[in-house]
Formats: sequence, C-alpha cells, structure tokens
Amino acid sequence: MRQERNNIFVGIDWILIILFIILVCFGWMNIYAASKADEDFQLLNFSTKYGKQAVFIFLTVPLIVTVLFFNAKFYEQFASLFYIISLLSLIGLFVFGKEINGAKSWYNFGVLGLQPSEFVKAFTALAVAKLLSDRQYNLKLIKNQIKAFVIIFTPALLITLQPDAGSALIYLAFFFVLNREGLTLNYLIIGTIAIFIFIFSILLGPTLILAILLGLTTLIITYITYKSGKRFLRFNWLKIFGLYAVMSLFIFGTNFSYNNIFKQHHRDRFEILLGLKTDTKTIGYNSYQSELTISSGGFSGKGFLNGDITKGDFVPEQHTDYIFSTVGEEWGFLGSSLVIITFILMLFRIIYLADTHTNKFGRIYGYSVASILFFHIIVNIGMVIGLLPTVGIPLPFFSYGGSSLWGFTILLFIFIRLDAHKNYDW
Amino acid sequence: MQRSFILYFLITLVGVVFIGRLFQLQIVKGSNYDPIRNSAVKIEYDYPERGYIYDRNRKLLVANELSYDVMVQPNQVKSIDTLEFCNLLKIDKKSFLKRLDKAKKYASYLPSVFLKQLAKEDFAYLQEKLHKYQGFYIQKRIIREYPFNAAANVLGYIGEVSEALAIKSNYYEAGELIGKDGIERQYESFLRGEKGKKYLQRNNLNKVTGSYKNGVFDTLPENGKDLTLTLDIDLQRYGQKLMSGKRGGIVAIEPATGEILALITAPSYNPNMLVGRKRSKNSVLLFNDTVSKPSFDRGLLAAYPPGSPFKMMNALIGLQEGVINEKTHFFCYNGYKYGRSKDAFMGCHCGIYAKPIRLKTAIARSCNSYFSNTYKRIVEKDNKPSAGLDSWHKHVTSFGLGNYLGYDLPAGSPGLIPDGKYYDKWYKYSWNASTNISNAIGQGEILTTPIQLANFTAAIANKGFFYTPHILKEVSKRAIDNPKYTTSKQTTIDSKHFSPVIEAMHQVFKTGTGKWSQVDGIDICGKTGTAENFAIIDDQKIQLPDHSILVAFAPKENPKIALAIFVENGGYGSTIAAPITSLMIEKYLNGKISDKNRYREKNMLNLSLEDIYAKLNQKPEEFASGTK
Repeated sequence: MRQERNNIFVGIDWILIILFIILVCFGWMNIYAASKADEDFQLLNFSTKYGKQAVFIFLTVPLIVTVLFFNAKFYEQFASLFYIISLLSLIGLFVFGKEINGAKSWYNFGVLGLQPSEFVKAFTALAVAKLLSDRQYNLKLIKNQIKAFVIIFTPALLITLQPDAGSALIYLAFFFVLNREGLTLNYLIIGTIAIFIFIFSILLGPTLILAILLGLTTLIITYITYKSGKRFLRFNWLKIFGLYAVMSLFIFGTNFSYNNIFKQHHRDRFEILLGLKTDTKTIGYNSYQSELTISSGGFSGKGFLNGDITKGDFVPEQHTDYIFSTVGEEWGFLGSSLVIITFILMLFRIIYLADTHTNKFGRIYGYSVASILFFHIIVNIGMVIGLLPTVGIPLPFFSYGGSSLWGFTILLFIFIRLDAHKNYDW
Repeated sequence: MQRSFILYFLITLVGVVFIGRLFQLQIVKGSNYDPIRNSAVKIEYDYPERGYIYDRNRKLLVANELSYDVMVQPNQVKSIDTLEFCNLLKIDKKSFLKRLDKAKKYASYLPSVFLKQLAKEDFAYLQEKLHKYQGFYIQKRIIREYPFNAAANVLGYIGEVSEALAIKSNYYEAGELIGKDGIERQYESFLRGEKGKKYLQRNNLNKVTGSYKNGVFDTLPENGKDLTLTLDIDLQRYGQKLMSGKRGGIVAIEPATGEILALITAPSYNPNMLVGRKRSKNSVLLFNDTVSKPSFDRGLLAAYPPGSPFKMMNALIGLQEGVINEKTHFFCYNGYKYGRSKDAFMGCHCGIYAKPIRLKTAIARSCNSYFSNTYKRIVEKDNKPSAGLDSWHKHVTSFGLGNYLGYDLPAGSPGLIPDGKYYDKWYKYSWNASTNISNAIGQGEILTTPIQLANFTAAIANKGFFYTPHILKEVSKRAIDNPKYTTSKQTTIDSKHFSPVIEAMHQVFKTGTGKWSQVDGIDICGKTGTAENFAIIDDQKIQLPDHSILVAFAPKENPKIALAIFVENGGYGSTIAAPITSLMIEKYLNGKISDKNRYREKNMLNLSLEDIYAKLNQKPEEFASGTK
C-alpha cells in the first residue's frame, strides 16, 4: 500500500489509457475542423471552440492525477457521500441553475459553466456498485430491486425535471449492470416488447395492434387450456383478465400520452425516424444534413480540414452532438469505422478487466462504466447516422464540452484506479 | 463470463449495425455523390454566346441579340411606391402583385425573373430609375434574332429546358435555354458551347465565403460554334412565297451531295414569333392550331401514298429484275382488269386504247395498266408472291423509302413500304399481286414523305446512288466529315436502267403533263402525281380532293437540283405543283425568273387554296368524290 502511494501509475491499464488518448486527440482534431474559422491558429485562445477544448483537455491531466491519487478503497467508502453530493448538486440547479435553451442544466462560474449531470453518472455508478456489492444484497428480492431502482432513477428523475430527457435516458444503461448481477432478464424483455408494441401502435394505429395482441393471447390461452385442462382457466382467470386489462391500458395509455403529453417536436422527430414523415428542411434538417455529410465522405473521406460541408456549417451542433459527422466527411468510411472499432475495443477492454476482478465493487463499477459509455455511443452515433431519433447527448471523449469530457474522464479513471488495485487485497 | 456474454454480444451487434449503416451511407450512397454538387458549393455560371447560323451562301440566318430581364429577390424588396413602379414597367398593380407572389412562392431568398425581355427603349430609361427600388435589378440575357422571316421549321427555336431534363442532365440547370426544335435542337451541342463555371464555397446562410479549393475546378466559357447550313435561303424564301395560301411542302436536294437546298412547309410562321415577350402568346397560336398546323413540318412528316411518281420505281425494278425491257409492251383498255369480278378494274387516263404501250410512253403518259402488268410480273416472278414482294421491297427500300432516311433534323416519319410478311399477316398467305395491285401505281399501302421522294428523285438523277440528305454543311467553317453524309449509298438498281426512265421523265415536261411548265434552256425531268386522301366522318371513309404531288430534277445532264413538292388538296399535279416546280428550278439555276415566265410566277403567288381549306373544315362530305 505504501509503495502504491508513492507511484500512482503502478498497475494501471495502459491499453485503456492509450485508447483514451487516441479518442480525445482525434476528437479534438475533429472539433478543430468543425469550428475552425479562417483566422490564425491559436491553440489556447479561449474565444475559439477548439481552443477551449484544448484547455479542457489539458485540464484533464491534473484531474486524472487527482483521481488516480486516491486509494481505491476511498471510492468504495465514500461512494454514498459522493452520491448524496451529486443529488444535492442536481437539486441545487433548480435554485442556482442557469437556464440555457429552456433547461436549467448548468451552473455558471463566469468564464466556465458546469453541467452536473455529466458528473453524476460516475457517482451513481459508484453508488450502484456499492449497493450491489454488499454481501447481504440479493437482487432476486423485489425489495432489493426497488432499492437499486431508487438509486438509479432518482438522479434520472431530477435530470428529467431540468428538463433534459436525453441525459436522463442514459440511466437506462444500468439495466445491463443489474442484469449482469442477477436481475432477471424479464424486465428487459418486457421493456423491449413494450417499446415495439408502442412503435407499431404509432405506425398502424392502436386498435389494430390491440386486436392482434388480444387475439394472439387468446390463442395461446386456448392452447394452454386445451393442453392442461379446464383447471388452468379456473385458477388463472383473474390473471388472464388482468393481462387483457394491462395490454389495453398500455396501448391506449401510451397512445394517449404520445398524442397529448408529448410535444409536437417530439412526435415529429419520432415520426421522421419511422419514415411517417419526410422532412429535409425544418425538423429533419439535422439528420438529413448529417447523413448527407457522412455520405459525402465516401470510402476514404475528403481529408483533414477539407470537409466542405463541415466548413460551411451546414450541420447544426457539429462540434458537439454531431461531431461524428465530421469524422464521416473528412475521414470517410475508413476513419469512422475505425472510431467505432476503437470504442468497441475500449468497451471490450473494460468488460474484460471487470470480469477479472475478484472484488465485486470493482466489477460492478466496471460494468457500469462500460454500459454508460455503450449507451452514449449507441444513442449518439445512432442519431448521427440516422438510425435513432434526435436525442442530444454527447459522444464520449469526442464531443466538445468541458463537463462531458471531465465527467467521462472521471468515470473511466476511477475504474482504472480500481482496476490497478484488483490484485491487492483490500 | 456467462452473463458478460450478453454485453459482448450487444456491443458487437451494435458495432456491426453501425459499420453496416456507414457502409450503406458512404460506400453505396456515397458512390453517387458528386463532390461539387452539394449545398456547400455554389456554382456561378458564365454563359457563352450561342453559335450563329448561316446559309450555304453565308447569309446570316440566326444571330444573337441582347435582352434585358427585370429580376427580383423578394426578401430584399423594401416598401416601394408601387404605383410609380408599375407605371415604369408598364404593368398594372394586379400583375405586379401576382408576379411578386410567384417569385416569393419560388424562393424568397433567390432571384427570379420578374419581367421578361424588356423592350430596348425601355431598358435605358429603367436602368436609371431602377436603383431606387431595392430588390429589383436588371439582368442581361442573350436571345435569338432571325434576320429573315423564313425557314422557321428548319431553324427551330430555343426555350427553357424542361424541368425533367434539368433534373436528369448534368449540364442543364432549371431556367437555362436549350434548342427545342429544328437545327437548334439537332445541333444543340455545337451551338450552345460550354458555360464557364466558378465554384464557390458557401456556408449555411448561403453566404459565399471564398472560392472552392482555390478554383481548381473553375472553367472559362467556350462560345458556341457557328454553323453553315446547306440551305439556300433565297430559294427557301422564294418557295415559301410561292406556297403562300397553300398547304404542303417542298424539299429540294442537290443530287451530287445530298445537301438540302430548301425545306419548305406551308403554312409556316415567322421565327421571330418565338422570341421575346410575345413568345408565350404566340406559341399558343402556333402549337394549338390543329387545322393548318404551322408547326407541323410537312416536308418531313406528311406521309402519303406517292401516286404516279412511284411508277418510275416499278419501272426500274422491272428492268432490274428482267421482267420487262425497254421494248416490252402491254395493252391498255382504259384500265386494267385484275380479277374476275366486275369491280376488279383499275381505270386509266393514258388514253391509248388497245395499242401496244412501251416503257417511255407508259411513264410519260402515266399508264396504270402498264405498271399493273409490270408489278404483277415482279411480284409473281417465281409464282411466290411473298418472296416476289420481298425482293420488290428490297429494291424500294434501297432508295431510302420505308424507313427514316437518317437526315439531321429532329422530325421525321418512316413512311411505309409493305413486304411479303405484311400481306401474309393480313391475308393468311393467300394473296397475289392482284390483292395489292394499287402498289403498282403508288397507291394502296405505300406511304412516303416529301423528303423521301426528293431523295428518290435525286437517286434517279444520279442514276443509282444518293447521299443521305442533310442540312449541315460546315461547323465553324469546316466542312462536315460525318461519313453518314459524305459517302454515297448505292441503290440495288444498275445505272444502265435509269436512262430510259430519265428520258421518259424528260418527256413528261416536253410533251406530257408538265409541258405547260417548261423553262427555256433548262431540261426538266419530272413526274406529276396525285395522292388520294380521305377523311373519316361518322365512321365512314370519305374521299377528299386529291393532294397534288410532283417530283423533278434539272438539268437533265449533270443535275443540280432534285425536288419533291406536295400541295394539299391541290388537285392534278400539272396545275399547281408543276408551275411551282418549274419556278423553283428556274430561280435556283438561273437566279431569276425570265420575263417570259413572269405570268407563271404571278399566277402562283396569287393562287390561294384557302377557300377550299375553309370549306373543307366545315363540310368535308361535300367534297367527297368517287373518282380516283
């Protein structure tokens, strides 16, 4: 232990660090391409986006050192405290937060703004790891499941209220973790089925889908009754009735909320994605331009700083959420595939390392890190390449922004710290 | 590890799906991507000057003229004094609002044409005043100008490129001009030149931020090439004048080269009608006139049975096939009986009753019986009518009949020359020459266009070969070298067989139906004819006054001009077609009409068939005539 203190780099996983450096640096090059004006190159000029991002990147160095400085045990012991501070920082937003684009997601410190939700992910992951690693804890019990859900969804709820539904969505990633730790897959399966039913009821109308569903269920029940005799009906009629009721309620309930509670712009985004509407000018503009920009890159891309669509600022938010379209245009199929492969390697490495942990806390935290990054990558790249609806969340290590960069850095390096310790007995 | 598998699997799956989607976007879709046709690149065009068009004597037929359009960019229009502005442009307020609205609907931030083609005198005045009205400005354009009111059908016109083509083409943009008909369309690629392009980088606000890639793709405009046509504009104008008041067409060809000397259709229109501000009004007048059809080029498109001139064809085939020779004779009994029934009789006007008729006489007097016999011998040569007719078909088509001739104008009709199969299909293999005996005298199923007949005549004049008729002589003063038009085509008839036919055609103008249209000092060879024509009224086929047809070439030795003329409802060829032919030939060969023939010119200029056409439109059944 003493020896470690002296050298914070003992035992850390250099592969992850190299992947981290590759992503951050390549990300910065693309931010530079997307935000460069024709003025002279000024690396640390705070008035340019790429200059700011360079500063943010330099500042990750002290951040990383700090994260690595603390003992692994420290993170386990103080997980609950970090979590509570996180929640307070989120609650504080409603009072002190600065409203940008209709959402109170930011604290404003003069020259610098901080977005707590970017950091809270890491601390929620710590809290989840702490809860699930308890020896007494058994996820099979409903009571324990509810505890886990409360820990996960409290920050999600607070973030939704800002309102920033996109960032809140990320907390669904913890389902992977819970599943890894023994939570039945049924939640995931039911959830997925519910999503598909919802989509089809939007596409084809609720009545038809309900009729099909009820018909199918009736068929199955008839079949079971036929196989096992009338006893089945006698003992289960209430459940069967309940099943019908739940299905009807779900379909009409979601349709009602879709049509009456969702805002028109949500519906538009959704319907454009489903192909019910075509729109290249107003709401669909982002996706249309983004796809076009990526297509224009072709196999090997137009070359660094040669993306003419990028230069023309045709893709909105290209340095933040749509940064991947710059990769697509300037580095082509080769470059963008390589970025995806790099991300996959990083995820694989994290899961692999997590699986080697003998310590439950480290393993669960590692899983959380992988799941959160994975979810970000799916939602962000899926959106940029037009497979998923527009949800404004950043691409880890790539997108412009100090909070998100630091948030992901802390998330990753806490794991690297925990991982460096896995061979020590604590 | 077991449970981690799910996450490994999902990550791999997402990776594959994403890379697959990237493949679809960047490799599949990206392959159609044109790097300089995206929203980030703005192309500015520099329009070249369209090529001029000259006639064979280098008289200017088509030139360019500057024209000025008032343009508007609606989002820059500030409050203006509408009344004053309307007065300035000579439009009323309603029209002003309509035009502005149309421009707004197109795109508020893009310029569109507000008022087309200002009068030149208005331009100078407007130029001074217009700066007061923000959002309006004047743009220079080049439009066509036609010094002669002639040959509209040949020259064609230019117009805005169709939307469909603008989308499909990688050269034309919406609103640009393109040749729509005639030479303008046929030789668009020569005439238009290449527009110069400047590629500019622009941003999402449509603001140009500089040149794209330092202008490596930029090009300079290349002016269109000047064309020289084979047309003799004096002859063309003269022919148009002679045809005034008549409907029909004249095609004149130089036999030695296949060059089209005149291509006249009547009625025609002034080419300047399709230029300028009155254009849209005029085009309605021209293209919606389904009665006199001024936009229908009769010289190229009017397919009719050729009538008597086709007898020369059958004579030539008979000679070539050896079924007749110069001394072969047939008898005529005021007609030809081709079957047992009483109706199976074809009348004849040759007037030589029951005396032997030989080839030259038969042509000169246009004896139907002679050619019916000849035709029968050709078709039934080996007692196999289908094979016989096929060989006949082979000879006829070698003269360019029965198919598109291949001339360089964008209008045409193949006509029709039936072959054995054609009748096999209709008559289920049980037919013989009598079934289609009308083909002997150029009636029946045969259809030809005037230009095909003119070419046929040129081939006779050349004694067995022809050059595909063409209208283009030089490109940028360099003679064309397209082998299609510079190498001759041989017909299947040996040149020795032409002499008796030409002699006979000479007789036609010496002693036959053309004798009243002779010109001193010029040996004209020709043949008159009539084409039956019918109208279908209440499902009944009603015969209308015949179209008159004439083919001729001159002089007999070393022919300089071959022509075919056809006059709708003109009756016998000798009354209208012959004098017009003779005048055309005299004008072309002598350059002027001799005093002796002035009366002929005067008669033809004053002759109008409009009365007949007018009546025809009202009551065609009254014109029904049973005679052939």
